Amino acid sequence: MKKLMKGNEAIAEAAIRGGCRFFAGYPITPQNEIPEYLSWRLNEVGGAFVQAESEVAAINMVYGAAGAGARAMTSSSSPGISLKQEGISYICGAELPCVIVNIVRAGPGLGGIQPAQSDYFQTVKGGGHGDYHMLVLAPATVQEAVDLVYSAFDKADKYRLPVMILGDGMIGQMMEAVELPEMVDVNALAKKEWATDGTGVGENRRIVNSLYIQPDVLEEINHKLFAVYAEMKKNETAVEEYMCEDAEIVLTGYGTVARIAKSAVHMLRAKGIKAGLIRPITLYPFPDEAYARIAGNGICREMLCVELSMGQMIEDVKLSVNGKVPVEFYGRVGGNVMTAEDIVKKVMEGR
Amino acid sequence: MEEKIIAAGFGGQGALSIGQFIAYSALEENLEVTWLPSYGPEMRGGTANCSVVVSDKPVASPIIATPDCLIAMNKPSLAKFVNDVKPGGLIIVNSSLIEDKVEREDVRVAYVDANAIALKAGNVRTANIVILGAYIKLSGLLPHDTVYNTIDKIFAKKPKVIPVNKQAFELGYAIEI
Repeated sequence: MKKLMKGNEAIAEAAIRGGCRFFAGYPITPQNEIPEYLSWRLNEVGGAFVQAESEVAAINMVYGAAGAGARAMTSSSSPGISLKQEGISYICGAELPCVIVNIVRAGPGLGGIQPAQSDYFQTVKGGGHGDYHMLVLAPATVQEAVDLVYSAFDKADKYRLPVMILGDGMIGQMMEAVELPEMVDVNALAKKEWATDGTGVGENRRIVNSLYIQPDVLEEINHKLFAVYAEMKKNETAVEEYMCEDAEIVLTGYGTVARIAKSAVHMLRAKGIKAGLIRPITLYPFPDEAYARIAGNGICREMLCVELSMGQMIEDVKLSVNGKVPVEFYGRVGGNVMTAEDIVKKVMEGR
Repeated sequence: MEEKIIAAGFGGQGALSIGQFIAYSALEENLEVTWLPSYGPEMRGGTANCSVVVSDKPVASPIIATPDCLIAMNKPSLAKFVNDVKPGGLIIVNSSLIEDKVEREDVRVAYVDANAIALKAGNVRTANIVILGAYIKLSGLLPHDTVYNTIDKIFAKKPKVIPVNKQAFELGYAIEI
């Protein structure tokens, strides 16, 4: 049965159902409903909830819980995610699975609490040090947020890396109808042969580590991580192509902004302008093949990248399009959100 | 079919709740719905609003530029959104707090003395439900009984307030332009 839920609460419940049994976090708007919900809900399923003393502590608690084999999660919003970057890099270096939710607010600095997408670079290009990537998922609806969070724990375990859910205040605060998935039986999950759960002593002891002093050893680790990312690109790349077959102008955006762009597509079509939309669901791996194919289909004449930033994802769009068609940009920042009418106006300016 | 509603007022007047009642009721009718609140520092002592989109197809943008209906619970809310309403659209004005008249000729306007009617129902705090009743009647968006029954569900944990809210809803539903 469908239920009306606020995005943040739906994300929290989806995490529980996906097997999350450890959460550590520190309060920050606009994601506070996630820890608030988990503070009582985790208790009901025999999990552990910690309000940590800081974001740095929270991510390192997740590091520890993940190392011990638990399905672990933290959530925060932009400035808090910045504080977690060192821990995220360590978790990537130690090849541990976890889920991190970023309900983005406007920046830089403490910024403001209204919706933004200005953490794209930080999330996709690696906000922490070292060569690493996460699987980055950008839900556009509350239902999609539920589905992506639910499966994120499986994916994190499969590839042994952090999965980042990149949302914004709109998806966190919005209520929509959701169908919640079945509860995962955490006791039936495959044993993690690498987890430092007290198994193995002496020669057989298990070690979680991200320190490799020997260059050759560390180089091998880097190659191993990138082999995983290549595998992930093959299996996990996800994109929605909407009315692109005959589209002369293709809009592109992710998350909630893609929904606004979709309304703009409808309005443009009503004016007789053949518009379409590319919406990446995975921001890393980026669906470059979809962009290249559509840009080169002989029908698409132009793309317009729409973001709540000064222009971040557009760099990946341009790399993917590789000069086949011009890529224009339209963005709002500071917590302001464009309307579908604004996007239509921007498109009409060029005609 | 797609109906876009903005409900706005002072924090505490129940404008966001009006939106939630519409959203819950729309879900009961198997319609698609988004409920998006304004959030942030402006809510304390200032105005709060929510955008509700009800549709028979998946909702694309939850952001509303031109609402089909504006529910204005206080004067700043009316001033902020009055010119955005679609020509032919509906504006419900809480005349208990707003003395001004809408100067537009191209919209339907209902002036609802919500506080007085809520007092008649038995509790001034049901003023938002009076407005809800008026909206459901004047928009024809959802069946009376669906919204009426939603009151039971929303107040399931506070059954004592159900009768007065139902009374307020009925009095609101009796309003005509």
